[in-house]
Amino acid sequence: MKVLVPVKRVIDYNVKAKVKSDGSGVDLANVKMSMNPFDEIAVEEAIRLKEAGKAEEVVAVSIGVKQAQETLRTALAMGADRAILVVAADDVHTDIEPLAVAKILKAIVDEEQPKLVIAGKQAIDNDMNATGQMLAALLGWGQATFASELDIDGDAATVTREVDGGLQTIKVGLPAIVTADLRLNEPRYASLPNIMKAKKKPLDEKTAADYGVDVAPRLEVVKTAEPPVRSAGIKVESVDELVSKLKEKGVV
Amino acid sequence: MLDTTEYDEDLIMFRDTIRRMVEKDVAPIAAKIDQEDDMPHSLVPIFGDLGLIQIMVPEEYGGPGGTLTMACIAKEEVSRASFAVSHLVGATSIAMALPLTHYGTDAQRQKYLPEIAEGRTLTCIGLTEPQTGSDVSGIKTTAKRDGDDYVINGQKVFITKADQAKYILLFARTSEGKGHDGISSFIVPMDSPGVKIGGSPKKMGLRGIKNCDLFFENVRVPAENLVGEEGQGFKNAMGVLNLNRPTVGAASVGIAQGALDAAMAYAKEREQFGQPIGNFQLVQAMLADMAIQIEAARALLYKVAAFIDRDPTHPQVPMYSSMIKTFASDMAMKVTTDAVQVFGGAGYLQDHPVERYMRDAKVCQIYEGTNQIQRLIIARAMLKG
Repeated sequence: MKVLVPVKRVIDYNVKAKVKSDGSGVDLANVKMSMNPFDEIAVEEAIRLKEAGKAEEVVAVSIGVKQAQETLRTALAMGADRAILVVAADDVHTDIEPLAVAKILKAIVDEEQPKLVIAGKQAIDNDMNATGQMLAALLGWGQATFASELDIDGDAATVTREVDGGLQTIKVGLPAIVTADLRLNEPRYASLPNIMKAKKKPLDEKTAADYGVDVAPRLEVVKTAEPPVRSAGIKVESVDELVSKLKEKGVV
Repeated sequence: MLDTTEYDEDLIMFRDTIRRMVEKDVAPIAAKIDQEDDMPHSLVPIFGDLGLIQIMVPEEYGGPGGTLTMACIAKEEVSRASFAVSHLVGATSIAMALPLTHYGTDAQRQKYLPEIAEGRTLTCIGLTEPQTGSDVSGIKTTAKRDGDDYVINGQKVFITKADQAKYILLFARTSEGKGHDGISSFIVPMDSPGVKIGGSPKKMGLRGIKNCDLFFENVRVPAENLVGEEGQGFKNAMGVLNLNRPTVGAASVGIAQGALDAAMAYAKEREQFGQPIGNFQLVQAMLADMAIQIEAARALLYKVAAFIDRDPTHPQVPMYSSMIKTFASDMAMKVTTDAVQVFGGAGYLQDHPVERYMRDAKVCQIYEGTNQIQRLIIARAMLKG
């Protein structure tokens, strides 16, 4: 079985995002970028399937700017077998929308014929939470989103999903799309020997045009704003005062 | 900070990976390791899986085949949080990977390096004796040939991580030669009959790593455990230490950076006279001077590491190796002292990490050859032309 793992290059989760002065988005110039953390979990899960003898090949795909090849190298260093880079933008600030990504992924799935696509449930930059679902719709495949547990048995996947207020376990026939939630696994560190091996692994470079997909945005960003600054708290002198303040606020 | 190594993509990935690991697995326990003078063994598999313990083992023996530059990157990153834990980086370099690669026999490489390459085995190196510090020629431990074996008797002190090591690269006299002549090195399994691990003294810094007394009483090793030719032990040891000494510089840079990180955070947060102390020019000058010195040391560090990676047999390797060790460790001592000063009274408390960085920096001026000895090496190399 072949597993396809789409990975996205996003602003590093440790970086404090700054909004561009014109409000058009987050400033990404000279900012540290990394693999979307949920995608890292997806890569880890695919590699574990391979290690468990349930998958033969793990292919990582990234769609975006040319620099996304660094993200793919990370996936290769973690243990993916090969990678496909689809260059679809020149400017690091161009975000390819989920539908365009899903269309390109569909074309790659048609070509590669994986039995399973594991994607991160969402990217931490735009929090769209849409690509996996759109890809499932375009392919007509089953989907199991927000996975916290994945087990492959023959032609079906048993997936535990993190839903509001609890867990739901479903069985989905393969081929299928699974999207990874935070608790699916804890991704490994790429070891030094695997980092060295990664550069010898194949990385194919394509363009969006190769797949005949129009990546022009359909959405317009109207405004981007920093979260409101928390105002300073106040100190109370006594428990009685605390209680009365809370009552004033209608909290108790 | 400047990316001084002209890092390629692999090195950046390597550094970022280590940085993440340190943040998650090392930084949270760094203070505890120091306070309890005990490092959890659970770090060994983490460092082994990353390829750090065995970093210098060549690829043909299953190792990562890492360079000195990589070892320095790893040591710098780990030392930024914990100097003690940084001793897991290249923990088999000077006792196994480098001596066997450069002076060992094929049989020795086949026998030991694949095991070391697994990243679970720790080793130590036994040079220092009660009467032997900078003057290695004072070694009194003896190895007498007896049939197909050598029989070893003597005592070693300060042996770093001897309590966790499976093997020691032991230096002993095989003949009563003059000065450095007559010293040979042997691989001795630490569980050999007659090897006794004594106490480990309480130290000012580098707490979490044990430096043990070792006693050898009629310890028998087969002659095949002799590494390099008989009598060449001192020369070989110096060759190996020269190739590894920049990693002490790397640890020094990491310690200093860790101290500066802490001082910066404190300068922004601590208020006096109604404003953060970072607003005061005298504090700003200290922070700037710390940063300047760290960047200068880091620039020299990766320059020297790249030089040694390119040509490890170049005659100027010992000189540059000594330069970076001396410059970076003196720098770390100064920067960490200033970091404590930025903290003021709070810096003198163990509640903050800066006093630990200051205690740890001190040994970098002392071990792997005192900075005084390094200066002699540098000046003599210069004068010799």
